Amino acid sequence: MEVFSLTARACRDLLGSGEASATELVDLYLDQVERVDDRVGAFLLVDREGALAQAAAVDAKPRAERLPWEGVPIALKDLLCVEGMETTCASRILKGYRPPYDATVVAKLRAAGLVLLGKLNMDEFAMGSSTENSSVQLTHNPWDLERVPGGSSGGSAACVAAAEAPWSLGSDTGGSIRQPASLCGVVGMKPTYGAVSRYGLIAFASSLDQIGPLTRDVSDAAALLDIIAGKDPMDSTSVGLPAPIALPTRTDLTGLRFGVIREFLGEACEPGVRRVFDGAVAAIHAAGGVCDELQLPSVEKGLAAYYIIAPAEASSNLARFDGVRFGHRSEGASDLIDMYSRTRSEGFGEEVKRRIMIGTYVLSSGYYDAYYTQAQKTRTLIADDFRRAFGQVDYLISPTSPTVAFRIGERTQDPLAMYLSDLCTIPANLAGLPAISIPAGLSDGLPVGLQIVGPHFSEQGLLEAAYAVEQGLGLSDLPPIAEAAR
Amino acid sequence: MSGGMPPRSSMPGAGDGASGEWEVVIGLEIHVQLSTNTKMFCSCPVTFGEEPNTMVCPVCLGHPGTLPVANERAVEYATRIALALGCRIAEHTVFHRKNYFYPDLPKSYQISQFDLPLGLGGRLDVELDDGSLFPVGVTRVHMEEDAGKLVHAGGATGRIHGADYSLVDFNRGGTPLVEVVSEPDMRTPEQARAYLTQLKGLLEHLGVSDVNMEEGSLRCDANVSVRRPGAPLGVKTELKNMNSFRYVQRGLEAEIERQISALEDGETIVQATVHFDPVTGSITTLRSKEEAHDYRYFPEPDLVPIEIDEAYVERVRASVPELPAARRQRFVADYGLPAGDAGILAANRPLGDYFERVAELSGDARLSANWVTGDLSAHLNSTGVGVHESAVTPEALAGLLALLGDGTLSSKLAKDVFQVMLETGRDARAIVDERGLGQISDVVELEGIIAAIVEANPGPTEEFRQGREKVLSFFVGQVMKQTKGQANPKLLNELLRKHLAG
Repeated sequence: MEVFSLTARACRDLLGSGEASATELVDLYLDQVERVDDRVGAFLLVDREGALAQAAAVDAKPRAERLPWEGVPIALKDLLCVEGMETTCASRILKGYRPPYDATVVAKLRAAGLVLLGKLNMDEFAMGSSTENSSVQLTHNPWDLERVPGGSSGGSAACVAAAEAPWSLGSDTGGSIRQPASLCGVVGMKPTYGAVSRYGLIAFASSLDQIGPLTRDVSDAAALLDIIAGKDPMDSTSVGLPAPIALPTRTDLTGLRFGVIREFLGEACEPGVRRVFDGAVAAIHAAGGVCDELQLPSVEKGLAAYYIIAPAEASSNLARFDGVRFGHRSEGASDLIDMYSRTRSEGFGEEVKRRIMIGTYVLSSGYYDAYYTQAQKTRTLIADDFRRAFGQVDYLISPTSPTVAFRIGERTQDPLAMYLSDLCTIPANLAGLPAISIPAGLSDGLPVGLQIVGPHFSEQGLLEAAYAVEQGLGLSDLPPIAEAAR
Repeated sequence: MSGGMPPRSSMPGAGDGASGEWEVVIGLEIHVQLSTNTKMFCSCPVTFGEEPNTMVCPVCLGHPGTLPVANERAVEYATRIALALGCRIAEHTVFHRKNYFYPDLPKSYQISQFDLPLGLGGRLDVELDDGSLFPVGVTRVHMEEDAGKLVHAGGATGRIHGADYSLVDFNRGGTPLVEVVSEPDMRTPEQARAYLTQLKGLLEHLGVSDVNMEEGSLRCDANVSVRRPGAPLGVKTELKNMNSFRYVQRGLEAEIERQISALEDGETIVQATVHFDPVTGSITTLRSKEEAHDYRYFPEPDLVPIEIDEAYVERVRASVPELPAARRQRFVADYGLPAGDAGILAANRPLGDYFERVAELSGDARLSANWVTGDLSAHLNSTGVGVHESAVTPEALAGLLALLGDGTLSSKLAKDVFQVMLETGRDARAIVDERGLGQISDVVELEGIIAAIVEANPGPTEEFRQGREKVLSFFVGQVMKQTKGQANPKLLNELLRKHLAG
């Protein structure tokens, strides 16, 4: 039993057949964390005791009475609330904060019997594309430790790539699952807005945020999505999925049309990424699918609209971190305003402050119409572009990220260059569409992801298509660090 | 906005200053706490007077990751209010976030409504003391959530600035509120008070709120300005949080006086929030609106817009109890009540219900109305007891009226018995029997007494027989004296005439 070869399904099968106990599995992953995480830096918190206790409880149950996924470990991005477990969004302002409740997805994981290994690093409050905005630590790309894992769910992607957990949950507001999945060579899926409850996800931008799986392969993504999806009475914006998600089986793409989004293959797209993408297109052809280039004229404005809408919502969502009820409170303030001001100045990092400032500005009277209203109109135009496109093709494809993983520190001084990392992923959030990134190959030894976007609530079909492409590509590359355990 | 408004110039009321006439312009913003079981966006109970911070949950404490879910009952109550005020119900209504920092506001934004409120363009016909109706336009009716409560310890002002420390109680946080914004249609503090009184009665009638100003379930802010008649609107100030009807009127009077004397002294009015101190009767400026918050309203992305269809509106409309104006008309038409009694009974839903029950049981609506608006109301007013808590139930009062109707009790005795009923809660028949208060309607008994008195007074008897009718009252007096006033007057009259005639 070698940890680097295990998908979550493989874990399930080992538990089911009795070849491994839940405790053995947890030990296996905790050992891998021990071995590699000082170099990868994916985990903010490893709940060794809690995980072993949970595993022991699973092992105490007769196998026949266990649920299918009972005993399979998982790790969580540190913005998902777990009752009593420190949850910080990698921010100083939430240091020591222990939520008094479980997020709905966490409750669903518990109900399915999954074992929580711990909490994963991220860009502070999910704002960033490299996980460098974590106030706690850097996370290193398992494929090249000098490079970023992407972000904001960098810890969630890196821990799966380094085999520190069979799978993980992340959140995606403008690409925060798909872009790090792409840069770390794993599968990452953002479901349709409303498919998964946001209750207990510490909000960045409420109208864009969705929780989703990061996994070793498409089938695991389907399995994890099935566990977490569903309408939730605690989230008015949740609707669930039309039917339970089944493990995908399709290998033939005959009859399916794929639209290549021309706007995402421009200057920003690295030649190496383009090369791998073209290979993926060839694989789709080989599996019987048809690919046509397609124009979505409004998507190029997506980045601009996103950097108005997301900061606007964030400026309001993050206002509750005021030092009054929880989290950091500055000592020695002279009065209330001083307390607010010091608490927030000390508690938030630079990128979070930048976005709070942008968001506050665009909502201000006199600027609201010029920025916020315009951005919302742009959002509608983008959604219309997608709707039209889905009248012609079944799915849309593009590179997930215009570049491979960049070097740590390379873009930290240039926010706009950093924002461009999410060029291809943001439009799906603005339109609320499901999208998946799957590994499509390597460019100079670094992973490149293929993004597939589907119509609202087309998750099952999207996963089937992604599975067929995955089979066609036949990749099984793992970063050396994951296999070093061998 | 408000259809059917008479022209402004026909409005009564003006403030006279030393330099001539000023016209006062008042608009009211009323906040009503809804009496739902649970809060606006979570399932915590709505309570008053509980231990601080015991009626809270992660949602109403604004914990990270929590989300609001709108209370359906609160939306229904708000719709009821908007319908009763004749508002147009929006087919598509949206919650917005109103962003500002304050320690009693857990999320640092209040979920409220902005440009797409639930109800728009209504009207309340306010009845003034002289019985005339005076229409006040209702600009909008919208839903929002209440904030928590702050207690400031130490410091001179009782305000957060200068306090040693402040404590927050979030029990109230998240309580459903409806805000009713009036047009600036009122011209005197009396009108403002009458509007508020009428609105309170209406809300009580609708059964949607406790409408208790002292406990804060009904709160009133007033926008006030003065101008020369016919001039454009003056600069307004906002008079905040007056917690009784009397303070609303007194506060407005004080602020109007302040504005007029400032203007007459050549000063300008600065747009500001002002506070009325009922103890000193003085006005203090809380904050200048020049540094007013920019609330950065934007649509609440955690809630979906509420789409309201015709069927829903009709269902809620059906649940709106008969409104005071309609009830008043019905009391006049169906029971033949005088307009005054009908008005009193219709304005107060529990009192009106009480009356209808008594009328039904006693079969005498006018007599019932007399008693409910007279002796019963006098007692309730003097003791401050609500009609539903009255020691005399409608059944008991109907029992008393039955004794009055069958002649067992005279009006005078009935009043005495009623007082005993109020004090003891016992029923009229028991009191009458125990105290021997029943009228003597026994012919044989009365005839015996009359015969003796006639015999003892041959002189007056002779006078009567010669046609001096006035002598009859002498005999009535004599019989009443002997029976301690318990003789049935009608029967007595009849028997006396018979005996005196010989």
